[in-house]
Amino acid sequence: MFNAFLGDAGHLFVITSFITSLVVAFAYIKASNAHNDLEQKQWKSYARGAFYLHGISVLGVVGMLFYIIYANHYEYHYAWSHSSRSLPAYYMISSFWEGQEGSFLLWIFWHVLLGVVVINTNKRWEAPVMAVFAFVQAFLASMILGVVFGDLKIGSSPFILLRDALDAPIFATNPEFVPEDGTGLNPLLQNYWMVIHPPTLFLGFAITIIPFAYCIAGLWKKDYENWVKPALPWTIFAAAVLGLGIMMGAYWAYETLNFGGYWNWDPVENAVYIPWLILIASIHTLIIFKNNGTALKTSIVLVIATFVLILYSTFLTRSGILGESSVHSFTDLGLSGQLLLYLLFFALGAIVLAAIRWKNIPTSEKEASAYSREFWIFIGVTTLCLMSFQVLIPTSIPVWNAIVELFGGISNMAPPADQVEFYTKFQLWFGIAIALLSGTGQFFFWKKMDKGKLKSELTVPVVLSLLVSSIAILVAKVTEPAYIVLLTASIYAVVANTSILLRFVRSKNFKLMGGSVSHIGIAMILIGILFSSGYSNVVSINNSGLLLFKDAPDDANVENLLLWINEPREMDEYELTYKGSRMEVKGMPGYVEKSDLIRTNNDHIAIARNNLAHGDKVYFQKGDTVGVYAENTFHEVLYKHKETGKEFSLYPRSQVNPNMGLIASPDIRRSFGKDLYTHVSAIPNDEEEKEWSEREEMEVQIGKQFFINDYVATLENIERVDEVEGTPIQDGDLAVKANIRVLGEYEEYVLTPYYLIRDRMVGRIPFTSNELGVRLTLLNIKPEENSFTVGVETTQKEYIVLKAIEKPLINVLWAGTILLMVGFGIAVNRRYKEFVMQRDEVKKHKNKGNKPQEKRKAATA
Amino acid sequence: MKKTHIFGIIIIAVCVTIIMSTAGDASTYVSFKEAKALAQDGEDKKIHVVGQLYKDHEGNISGIQPSEDKLSFSFMMVDENQEEQRVFYNEPMPADFTRSEQVVVIGSYHNDVFVADQILMKCPSKYQEKEIS
Repeated sequence: MFNAFLGDAGHLFVITSFITSLVVAFAYIKASNAHNDLEQKQWKSYARGAFYLHGISVLGVVGMLFYIIYANHYEYHYAWSHSSRSLPAYYMISSFWEGQEGSFLLWIFWHVLLGVVVINTNKRWEAPVMAVFAFVQAFLASMILGVVFGDLKIGSSPFILLRDALDAPIFATNPEFVPEDGTGLNPLLQNYWMVIHPPTLFLGFAITIIPFAYCIAGLWKKDYENWVKPALPWTIFAAAVLGLGIMMGAYWAYETLNFGGYWNWDPVENAVYIPWLILIASIHTLIIFKNNGTALKTSIVLVIATFVLILYSTFLTRSGILGESSVHSFTDLGLSGQLLLYLLFFALGAIVLAAIRWKNIPTSEKEASAYSREFWIFIGVTTLCLMSFQVLIPTSIPVWNAIVELFGGISNMAPPADQVEFYTKFQLWFGIAIALLSGTGQFFFWKKMDKGKLKSELTVPVVLSLLVSSIAILVAKVTEPAYIVLLTASIYAVVANTSILLRFVRSKNFKLMGGSVSHIGIAMILIGILFSSGYSNVVSINNSGLLLFKDAPDDANVENLLLWINEPREMDEYELTYKGSRMEVKGMPGYVEKSDLIRTNNDHIAIARNNLAHGDKVYFQKGDTVGVYAENTFHEVLYKHKETGKEFSLYPRSQVNPNMGLIASPDIRRSFGKDLYTHVSAIPNDEEEKEWSEREEMEVQIGKQFFINDYVATLENIERVDEVEGTPIQDGDLAVKANIRVLGEYEEYVLTPYYLIRDRMVGRIPFTSNELGVRLTLLNIKPEENSFTVGVETTQKEYIVLKAIEKPLINVLWAGTILLMVGFGIAVNRRYKEFVMQRDEVKKHKNKGNKPQEKRKAATA
Repeated sequence: MKKTHIFGIIIIAVCVTIIMSTAGDASTYVSFKEAKALAQDGEDKKIHVVGQLYKDHEGNISGIQPSEDKLSFSFMMVDENQEEQRVFYNEPMPADFTRSEQVVVIGSYHNDVFVADQILMKCPSKYQEKEIS
């Protein structure tokens, strides 16, 4: 049913959310510039009211859009192009943010929640911080505004009607036309990681605004030092959430995409990595500042840089500028100008403000000694910044081309051809520096150092790590010099940080453990990356020696294996057999053979050709109607270990999508030491493109053997049936079914062609077996000779082309990620408690100053 | 000289190295003609060529030739200067290959064949307008 009200209401909410965010900004500016307490109080409560109104409008927008998707209102372009009826509810959540508008909305939504927390945890900084906050929010809300003034388009609304978005002729005759079904969700996004990964990433993006807002508030109110304490826990929290989001994305890529890894140095991936490194750097300088008052200017620069880089990455991924260099950036929605304005407004605004205040920002003229912790942390921070810079420069090549072309020049620079090799070349050595510094820095952090002490502190960890590394190098056969250095440095970082950690455990100083735990995590991540990428090993080497293209380079070794169904092939230490294609049936575990299901007109419903069982339990009877996940086909590959004889099956997946063709996802055999990662690289084309041999006619008799496609076959019997492929026949019709048993390599198949007589016309329904590569037709029944004519056509048997990669020690990478998050958690907790203590100190102090008004305010808050 | 100055000089040196190296390793978008000229000059750097799959006069994609073992394939591509060229790719045909509106091949010439190390495809995305079925 056509319902224009939903979209109008949604659009109204968008407009109110935009206007209220401007009101909030204005009122908070008034509050923070107020001349007396009363005026401030009034403006503040006004601003708070406006903010809550803003929050309600945002919830309204979210609710409307979600309802439109959930209730299948395909008269709306957003629902139509991102969702479909067969989608389970949890993937409707993914459809919500699949598009640009929805993902902006997600970001706006997180800001609302964060704003509520800021308002309620920090009254002192509330006004200036929330003013900055509200400005950012206004820019974001403008992105989904969808208002057009003449040629000027501001924002892209998620509530556009299909008829306004598409120029289809049907709308001329029937403006109220609502399509039956939506076009569905990109199958790559139909993965549980895609339900939780984008919200995590956007929460990370959203939190970075808080340190930035504090920093700007500090500069604005000329209170250069006090913003650090409340900003620090937020900075660490942002790093934790953004880091978690990045790693979830990596894990999703590893599990779902078929490039065989977790990090591809795609510009879209780089766009989040660049600000994250600067964010980590800013945590370190903020801590130095808190401890001894140096590095304030550096902190301010880094906090601003983090936020500007977040905006820059938003610009890169959403303006369409990466179109030619990235495979998965958003396409241009015509918002690039608006995004650029957003970026420049905050970048220039912050830089100008910092420049004006620069001379007044307190600095310490102390020269950092080489034995001070500040010196070492500062080197670490510099390394992080250079690391980030190294990724920023090549990622910005498309932007460079655009700028040159803007000024009439020609630039055809392309990103480095082998991105992984190019980035690894640099990032590897930065990683080594990070490992060494995070190991050594910790010693300086907790003790006053001099030459003698340093020597005695470092001796044991250094000797121990050299010992462990040499064993590891020998056992794992690491020969590449750079890898040896990285491994040794990382092991040193683990050993050194563990020794510090043990000291905390012994003295029960658990709240101080954050730093060493996260540094161990980082070192483990480095070790995991080193082995899983540096020693990733393609095991599916083609050894057939077939070469078709004589022009091809001689060194062309093919890293794929062709597997015909039921024909075992050797691969590395395994014998592989492709067992056929499988599907998942709703309401039962495991997989079902594709040939056990009869497809219907509805893609998502099939009829069981045989009883469907998993283990001993029969879930569906023959003839039952079952729901299937139509997009996914799983290819069962049986692995048999040649020596031990142990067997296991992997089910790499292929997905058919009308818009994107075929997409392969891997299946992974996980073990403690390494993962065996398998995906299909090619599968046969669709049914209609198959080439069949000419039909061969055979005279067969019941019970007698004959041969089809080199298999032994027997016509068991011919039976009269009342239904054909699950559909009852009509009155007066006659239908018979032949049961032909065929002995395959591993199992028996029963092929059942039908023969149907209606109004003296003959209908023949052939039976196709992909496994055997045959199509049988019951051509003729000759009762007088007691024989039957069977038509046999053959085709290529089913096959898959498969790629298998070993990933050693990848679990160390994931374990390191978890430790990093635990470390961040401990640190956030500690820094938040410090902030609360300082806040309540100030409050107590103020209350003692005999200000009854203040007291009442504190009590009511 | 103060320690900070030395430090500053080192940082600048590293930054310059990074920029120089990026400029050096950066590939270029070129046409087949230019790519061939580069290869004849003995330049073996990988380059990007942007183009489309070759279509016959009826608008059907033609010229795709998979190898017998299906583990590699070659195809005809037309670059932005309408120049046709056979491209060899030493991996199975990507599943959505024939649907791509635009292909970017990254590689270099080996004799008369362009050998692609990587193929980037632009497929009709979900964001583009579609027909209502």
